Amino acid sequence: MNINLTLFGQMVTFAIFVWFCMKFVWPVIITAMEERQQKIADGLDAADRAMRDLEAAQDKATDQMKEAKQEAAGIVDQANKRANQIVDEAKQQAITEGDRLKIAAEAEIEQEINRAKEELRASVAGLALAGAEKILEASIDDKANRALVDNLASQL
Amino acid sequence: MSGENPASTTEYIQHHLQNLVYGRLPGGFERHTENGTEVLAVDTWTMAHGATEAAAMGFWAIHVDSMAWSIGLGLIFCWMFRRAAVRATTGVPSGFLNFVELVIEFIDSTVKDSFQGKNKMVAPLALTIFVWIFLMNLMDLLPVDLIPKLLMLAGVEYQKIVPSTDPNITMGMALGVFVLMLYYNIKIKGTGFIKELTMHPFNHWAFIPINLFMELVGLLAKPFSLGLRLFGNMYAGEMIFILIAMMFAAGAGTGLIAGGLNAQLFGEETNSLFWLVIFVLVCGVCWMNLRGKISTGRTVLLTLGLLTLGGGVFALGGGLMQWGWAIFHILVITLQAFIFMVLTIVYLSMAHEEDH
Repeated sequence: MNINLTLFGQMVTFAIFVWFCMKFVWPVIITAMEERQQKIADGLDAADRAMRDLEAAQDKATDQMKEAKQEAAGIVDQANKRANQIVDEAKQQAITEGDRLKIAAEAEIEQEINRAKEELRASVAGLALAGAEKILEASIDDKANRALVDNLASQL
Repeated sequence: MSGENPASTTEYIQHHLQNLVYGRLPGGFERHTENGTEVLAVDTWTMAHGATEAAAMGFWAIHVDSMAWSIGLGLIFCWMFRRAAVRATTGVPSGFLNFVELVIEFIDSTVKDSFQGKNKMVAPLALTIFVWIFLMNLMDLLPVDLIPKLLMLAGVEYQKIVPSTDPNITMGMALGVFVLMLYYNIKIKGTGFIKELTMHPFNHWAFIPINLFMELVGLLAKPFSLGLRLFGNMYAGEMIFILIAMMFAAGAGTGLIAGGLNAQLFGEETNSLFWLVIFVLVCGVCWMNLRGKISTGRTVLLTLGLLTLGGGVFALGGGLMQWGWAIFHILVITLQAFIFMVLTIVYLSMAHEEDH
């Protein structure tokens, strides 16, 4: 266990190896490791961000879908309403038209009846006169009889 | 390395604790070589043969093995982490880069926990200390005899392969940290550092000598405790490995067949080579079993047979103890590297704090 020059030899060697490690080994590896760490952290961040973006996009898509569905439902409702309205209007129109036609027909029938009555009246008066003429021949005053018969005929 | 002889046991331990030293032998030193005694005329720089020559060199010597392993392991650290640094991207990391980043993140969080100041040097310093000391300590887990024996076959006499069992290495690093402590104390606090040394803990001019004494002792204790803690732990661990290895070797000696076969094949001196052969054979058997070439029952029988050949159950016990201690030691080496690093951070953090 004698101390000799080896001591200083080892000190110098030690210094050289430490210097080498300090210059060419440690910084290179530690920088690479730190850079990788940063890269991984960035990657994870990006993944997180992408996840969040995706979620937001999905939410947005769902919202839009809901809106579109609502809109479509609204449109269908409106269309149904409008169709009902149209049908109702058509019904109403048909009823009015029918009524109008009925009234016109009734008026025509009334007219017809009146005309028939008028004709009948006229013909009855003529017939009654002809009949009375035949019965009474010339003795009877034409004018007085006619008034009589007209009176009779109007009572029909 | 046979265990029966107490003298050779001591020799074995001493041999294991002797560094490979290159240094200056003073003039007039008597060298005992194979060719007889040689008296050096002048100061000579040479490899030390044995502990006495190493001791005679005194301060002017360098532990070649400690320095070589320490620098080699440091280079391995630099190369590994530099390769990771070159490949580091902000993209998806994989394989080896993951491992390096794990270490770096661990160091970074430890530094951020205990160092509040702003200093670009502390984290790389902590990383270097932790990984380098861990690698140096890791050498302890290699079988104690393996590399020294192999190098001995190659002609290298002494070899201590765990640099952190050399106080020069641990104290060298601790002193490096101490220099940094002083530097930052003076840089950050300026005169406040002197005030800290003289006016704490008793804030009165009359107590200045006492304060100075107490604070200086406290200050100097830091690098010493730092370096010696690591050295002590690793030295003790290494000693236990050596002691277990001696039991192991003693087991080889008591082996019935082993002794004779060993002497027959390799001669008395190359016990460990024999063990290497046995080790390789056992590994081969286990590998064959894993590949499904032989059944488990036969594997157990073959392994037991090989171990009996190599020295019996005693050796098996020694092997198991080595293995057990090695597993426990994994904890120790990591912990010691970690403690050295954390204390360095804490000391430097204290150097950066204005008031304490």
